[in-house]
Amino acid sequence: MTARTEPIPSTAVAVRREARPRLGRFFLHAIVIGLMLVWLVPTVGLFINSFRPASDVASTGWWTSLLPPWDFTLANYEHVLNQNNLGDAFINSLFITIPSTVIPVMVAAFAGYAFAWMQFPYKNAIFVAIVGLLVIPLQSTLIPVLKLLAGAGISGEFLAVWLAHTGYGLPFAIYLLRNYMGGLPREVFESASIDGAGPATSFFRLALPMSVPVVASLAIFQFLFVWNDLLVSLIYIGPTRSENLPMTVVVANLVSSLGGETHFLTAAAFLTMALPLAVFLALQRYFVRGITGGAVKG
Amino acid sequence: MDERLITAAIVVFGVPAALVGYILATERLILALPERRQVRIRPWFWIAPALAFLIVFLIYPTINTLVLSFMDKASKSFVGLENYAWFFGDSGTLEALRNSVLWVVFMTAGVVALGLLVAILVDRVRYEPLAKTAIFIPLAISFVAAAIIWKFMYEFRPPGVEQTGTINAVVGLAGLGPVDWIRERSFLTDNFALIFIGIWMWTGFAMVILSAGLKSISTELLEAARVDGANEWQVFRGIILPLLTPTIFVVGTTIVITALKSFDIVWVLTNGAFGTDVIARKMVFEMFTVQHFGHASAVAIVLLVAIIPFMAVNIRRFREQEAIR
Repeated sequence: MTARTEPIPSTAVAVRREARPRLGRFFLHAIVIGLMLVWLVPTVGLFINSFRPASDVASTGWWTSLLPPWDFTLANYEHVLNQNNLGDAFINSLFITIPSTVIPVMVAAFAGYAFAWMQFPYKNAIFVAIVGLLVIPLQSTLIPVLKLLAGAGISGEFLAVWLAHTGYGLPFAIYLLRNYMGGLPREVFESASIDGAGPATSFFRLALPMSVPVVASLAIFQFLFVWNDLLVSLIYIGPTRSENLPMTVVVANLVSSLGGETHFLTAAAFLTMALPLAVFLALQRYFVRGITGGAVKG
Repeated sequence: MDERLITAAIVVFGVPAALVGYILATERLILALPERRQVRIRPWFWIAPALAFLIVFLIYPTINTLVLSFMDKASKSFVGLENYAWFFGDSGTLEALRNSVLWVVFMTAGVVALGLLVAILVDRVRYEPLAKTAIFIPLAISFVAAAIIWKFMYEFRPPGVEQTGTINAVVGLAGLGPVDWIRERSFLTDNFALIFIGIWMWTGFAMVILSAGLKSISTELLEAARVDGANEWQVFRGIILPLLTPTIFVVGTTIVITALKSFDIVWVLTNGAFGTDVIARKMVFEMFTVQHFGHASAVAIVLLVAIIPFMAVNIRRFREQEAIR
């Protein structure tokens, strides 16, 4: 995937553009812009609806509020933050997500380095097993893990989801880090070894600093995965410790409990999206690299 | 609140410090050993934390679920294949199974086709980064948020009343509808309305990977074909498609697995009603709501068995990549 960054010479582009008939260009732009609209309008519509008074949301479409008289309000946000405890749920989501991102990345970095640069029996067999674990559905682990966590007396606690998310996130994290670290130049490690650096020094001083781009991709990935997760928190925190529930579970419960007052859902949904959208838009490059690195080898 | 903040701080700084301490401490221990044994024993210390997590949270539970699928409701006594007999004899589970097949076929086809279309089209416009971001955004949000976004898109008001849902308003402009998209009780409308949410979310994923694949095709090759008089369709069929086939395959398997595993959209929007249940939701429902661990485990194992062929494909592809490494 090195070719993609090379700019096409501008003359070649000009020739390409000239050669294409004007009608074709028109359809090209129409389709691309049409698709962009179809993909953006649902989110924009929700965003606009979240600032409209309840009576408006119930009686007219969001597009009618684009024309004056403008009547926007923060009432929906105030309501979900105060009445539905979404403020607390937001903090819970942060409490769940940050350790659930830090721990697996660290644990995977050690393992990834060992798989990339150390020799040991059954190395390949174990790594192939990890590649297999990449696709295990969480559903096939829920009951035994819940029993384990309950047996340890931590179901309902943040610790339960930190540990579970670490376990579930590890296969992808190890896979990505091992592939990246394995691609680092061998000479660097050899000369460090000749200079007397042990594996720990090589790891902390060379491998880890050189892997910062992939660690960043991985951290963003895991952050979004955990922040957006419904299933793990729904099962392992559960209804008994509702004060620990993250936003996804609280908002999913609102869908059925709000009944006729669905306009509050707009603000609730947007609050859950705000942080992942900000992270994504700011760090899109790393996110894309994580996806392409995980699926096809670059 | 304060107490939780302290706990979180301890975890965020303490756990990495403990892990670094673990490696440095084991390194000390290892250095006390004779050199030949150092090299043999060191890797196991480095992978031990990861292996412990994988065994406790993935390997042991999956094996245990298989065992539980042969046990009764409370996992007390052995019932043989009774839970599987229930699965393949119950109209509700069979409906969920049919819908999961619909999800797999149509979400995968939709995501791959649209992802490929977008990847090829945006390659030819100057606002490519902007267009890609627009298509990509839904991948960053949760299934729960996406479900709510589309709940408002599919909003239905009886005929004669002003439509508040975007889709029914557009359909109304054409003089059609309105349609109660997710509660129509016709399994095609209901399921496809939900599946489309999945397509909307995951097209960006396919687009990003296919676009990277597309850009690795040499422009000289494409220009040469065009100079030789090939039209755009011939360039696509003759060059782009064959070269992208392995990448399309990678994307396809990922989407198949995503479609099989995703339960959130159905959980939030219909909770399995109106003929829209899927096996991933059925498992959570049997476990969480009904609390029949035998049934729930059997559903989980059916889901796992459906995924195993794709696991095998992944492993084979990994081995091939390693061979050329």
